[in-house]
Parts: sequence; structure tokens; C-alpha cells
Amino acid sequence: MTQTPVAPSLYGVMAEFEDPTALVAATRRTYDEGYKAFDAFSPFPIHDLFPAMHIEDRRVPLMVLGGGITGMLAGIGLQVWVSAFAYPLNIGGRPHLSWPMFVPVAFELTILFAALAAVFGMFILNGLPMPYHPVFNVQRFTDHASQDGFFLAIESTDPKFDRERTRAFLQGLGAREVNDVAE
Amino acid sequence: MASKTAYAPPPVIEPGHTFGTVTEQISAIVLTRRHPYSWFFGLGVGFMLAMVLLMSITWLLIKGTGIWGVNVPVGWGFAIINFVWWIGIGHAGTLISAILLLLKQDWRTSINRFAEAMTLFAVACAGIFPLIHTGRPWLAAYWLIPYPNTMGMWPQFRSPLIWDIFAVSTYLTVSLLFWYVGLVPDLATLRDRAKSIHLRRIYGGLALGWRGSARHWERYESAYLLLAGLSTPLVLSVHTVVSFDFAIGIIPGWHATIFPPYFVAGAVYAGFAMVLTLAIPLRVLYNLQDFLTMRHLENMAKVMLVTGLIVGYGYVMEAFFGWYSSNQYEEFMILNRMTGPYWPFYWALMFCNIFTPQFLWIKRVRTSPVLLFMIAMVVNVGMWLERFVIVVTSLHRDFLPSSWGMYWPTRWDWMTFAGTIGLFVTLFFLFIRVLPMISIFEMRTMVPGAKVKGGKAH
Repeated sequence: MTQTPVAPSLYGVMAEFEDPTALVAATRRTYDEGYKAFDAFSPFPIHDLFPAMHIEDRRVPLMVLGGGITGMLAGIGLQVWVSAFAYPLNIGGRPHLSWPMFVPVAFELTILFAALAAVFGMFILNGLPMPYHPVFNVQRFTDHASQDGFFLAIESTDPKFDRERTRAFLQGLGAREVNDVAE
Repeated sequence: MASKTAYAPPPVIEPGHTFGTVTEQISAIVLTRRHPYSWFFGLGVGFMLAMVLLMSITWLLIKGTGIWGVNVPVGWGFAIINFVWWIGIGHAGTLISAILLLLKQDWRTSINRFAEAMTLFAVACAGIFPLIHTGRPWLAAYWLIPYPNTMGMWPQFRSPLIWDIFAVSTYLTVSLLFWYVGLVPDLATLRDRAKSIHLRRIYGGLALGWRGSARHWERYESAYLLLAGLSTPLVLSVHTVVSFDFAIGIIPGWHATIFPPYFVAGAVYAGFAMVLTLAIPLRVLYNLQDFLTMRHLENMAKVMLVTGLIVGYGYVMEAFFGWYSSNQYEEFMILNRMTGPYWPFYWALMFCNIFTPQFLWIKRVRTSPVLLFMIAMVVNVGMWLERFVIVVTSLHRDFLPSSWGMYWPTRWDWMTFAGTIGLFVTLFFLFIRVLPMISIFEMRTMVPGAKVKGGKAH
């Protein structure tokens, strides 16, 4: 990595909030303050967080579309090649390219490839699987983030990041607790 | 609209729960060391029957399909009956997880996880039959799967049996993906709650390092919704293709255009009966009445009633078109079903699938778990009888009376069938032991505190 964090051992600063409402409000303020490298963590999806953080990723739907088209073409291609070229069979004098009979398999492969694209695309874009992540170094986070805790972390790679000022800023948002996150 | 008297459906979760209590109660079922004795009993019974399945498959591979009751003219016996029955049961899981999600029916949250598990295990049981039905499963590789083999042979893509392979294997794959994606945040919860280092590693590995980041949740929700959108046409196509196995043929009693919708409705009907069969004991056994409320049972009963009526319409239309076609074979087929040698099966089917569900019109029945359980069991039997009647009565009277015959299953047929029930029970009991049977993260969104107060962003 080329960027050198302010303190090499510091991933960022993390604040814990009382409930979803407080987290959304804090996230909105953080974005408005000009921070870019930050993330909110919640034990379930909070839809108001997405506009508050201005995140809108259209890549998963595009991957699904790509997967679906690939699957359809693969299905048609496979059946045409098998039935008309590799192994042509005369079934009651019907044409080799009896395309209406190819619809079910092409349809199933469309769905299969689109679904695989949705799942693997989502995991790859999310950078999962990820065996280690610094946020788990905060004990409160490990104990509550996947259950009943609402967290906001500002990363030290952010140009506006300054350990003391960012801490104070998060305190000012009504955080229950602010912790340093070790790298 | 905002008047106080406006009807509001009862909550899907009993009042008084917080994020913590929901998490605690559902994950404790998995993370406890003590388990109810009934669990060991259920697993034991299931496991013994699963061993019966292994034994009957072994004997089949040694002796061949001669150990079964199939013969000319009834060449399709228990294998296809059980295959269609199991596949149908699976459909309710997808209906609950995908279609009800798209329709924003939030009560589905409490039942989608174990209904999806039920789908997977039912499809696994179904998949056994096409594999073993020839008695030579190793040949299925080049009969069914298009791959370049040394004989230069390829499957016949104009056959609905090949469509079946693609439909069922796609269905299994997509159901598995859907189920796993839904599990990932809950696996992260189990990872963080587990006490022993081994459990933390196992659940941690399966959770892929999920940390609940908002940027992840956004893509997650988009992928989940798209999967639901893809599963919806998929589930309809699967039973349509299964019905094509029959409808594409020219046998009277099979060659009917009503088959695809009638099969799909029957599948949902059978599936909801099975979900009720599983849910009613589970909620008592694990004290889940807070999450699996009366409203859930009643809604499922209503879905069962509606699909039961569609299935009933299918039976009436089958009989009507038998008469209306003025085709002597069609006329004979329907008359033979009602009065021929298999008449008790036909009338038992009418009793199970048309008469019994009519009790669901009564609210007292819909809100009584015991009565609901009994009706669901009757429907489970009825849907199996339906497949028996369709397969056997259509085949046993061939076009020429000289080729008429009868079909009776042998004990190996019964043992294979009972064995798949055992496999299903075993897998299900293992599932409720090692994975949360209710989606914890989705239940958290049902807690009143999950709503963000105040205005929208920008």
C-alpha cells in the first residue's frame, strides 16, 4: 500500500450509537462534514443509511443482467450445437433446429447464470470472504455489531482525518462511546 | 387514512422484544449444549429410516429395478410419484422466501429460513428418484448431462426429461444460494456469540468475515432482491417443466394443457401443508410462539385454502374435459379413475384435497394449531395420492385391452419412499440443531426500535 496512515498502527476511530435513528443522523452529519472514507455498521440493513451515505451501487444489477444474457446465449448455443451439428437426430421428421423445444433449457440457464452472478458479484464487490478486518479489534464491536450495536468508523486514510479532531467530532454527534481502531 | 380505527394487522412479533432478546432467543437454540429429548427422538427415527433408504438403494443397485412393482404397462411407478411429490413440497419454501418478499409480506420473515431449508431437503429427496429410477445411476451421466464423452453421444434436448434435469438442478442451486446468502449475517451473529473457539472458527469461516457494513448491506439487499425476482419465475417454471413430463406425452389423463398451472398450484398447496406440519410442532418444542404467531398459522392456512381450491378446479376440469372431448380414450380414462380398480385412491384423493380443506373457511379451525396440523397431514397424504392417481390410473389401462395390467408397489418401493422421508427428517433435525431456524437479522427489523425516526435524507 502506498498511502501511509497518520499513525501506522491506527485504522481509524469508531463511535457507537444508541439506536438506528442516532446512527443515521450521525452518518448524515459525517458525510456533510466532508469525510469520505467512513462506514456505518448495523446488525440489520437500515435503508435510511444508504441515502445518508450517498451510496448507490448499480454494479450488482448489471452483473445479473450480464449473467442472464450469458446464460441464455449459452443455453441456446449448447442446444443448437448439440441438436443440429454434434448429434443430429431425426425425430419424426422434425427440423433439427426445433427452437421452441429449446426454450425451457435456455430459460433455466438464464436464471442459473443470473443467480450465480448476483451472489458471487455481491460477495466479490463486498470483498468477502475477508478473514481479518481491523474493526473486530474493538471489543464492543465484536460483542455487539452483529447483534444489537450501531457503529460508525472513520478511517485514518481519509484526508480530513485527524485523530483528536475526529474523535471530538464523533463525541459531538452523541456517541455513546468512541474507540481507536488498531490496524 | 391515518384514522385510529384503521385496520392494522397484528404484529409479526409479540410486543416487548428488543434486538438483544430476539438475538438471544433464536441463537440460544443453536448455541446451547442441552437439547430437548424430543430432538434426539426425532433425529433417531429419521436416521433409522435414512438407513432403510441406503439399504433399499443398495439392493436396487445389486438386483435392478425388478425389485420394484413397475412393469408393462405401468412403467412409471413410485419413482416418479415420489419425485413429483417431493419437488412440489419444496415449492412453498421458495414461494415464501421469494414471492412473499417481493409482495412485501413481512410476516414471511419468521418462516422463510426453515421453509427454505425444507425446500433444499425436499429437492434433495426428490433428486434421488430420477438418479436411481433406472437402477443404473452411473449411466445417467451421459443420458442426462451434456458433456463430451468418448461415445460422441449427446442428450436429446427435445425431451421434457432433459428439461427436468436442467430445471431441478437450477432450482437446487438457486435455492441453496438464496438460503446461504440469507444465512451469512446470522452466521456472523453465531460467530460472535459462540463461546468455544471451534464453533467461532466454523461459524466465522461460513460467515466469510461479514461485518454489517452499510456499503455491504446495500449490495446485499440488491442481490437478495434480485435473487427473489429470479426465483419467482424459476419456481413456476420448475413445476411447469415437471408437468411437461406428463403433458407432452400422448397418454389420456396426461395430455392436458391444464397441467402446468394445476401442478404449480398443487405444489404450493402441498408445500404449505408441509410448512405447517413442521412449524406447528417446532413452535411448541422451542417456545417460538412469540415469533411464529397465530397470524402466521392463519395466513398459511389461507394460502392452503386458496391453492386447494385451484387444485379442486383442476380436478373438476380434468373430469369435464374427459367428457367434453368426446374422445373415447379420454372418456374411458376419467370414468375408469372414478369407478375402475383404483377407485378408492381417486375418492380418497377427493376427500383429502377437496373436502378436508373446506374446514379452513372457519376461523376457529384456522386458529387451532391441533386442527390445522391434522388438516395439513391429510393434505400431505392427499397430494401424494394425486400423483399416484395421475401416474398409475393413466397407464394401467393401455389403448389395447390386451395390454392392460395392474400396478402394486412392492415393499422395496415403500421402503425407498419411507427412506426419503427419513432422510428429510434427519436433515431437518440436523438443520435446527446447527443453524438458526428463524432469520435473526430479519427479525431484528421487525422490532419496533428498528424504524428510523425523523425525515428522509436530502
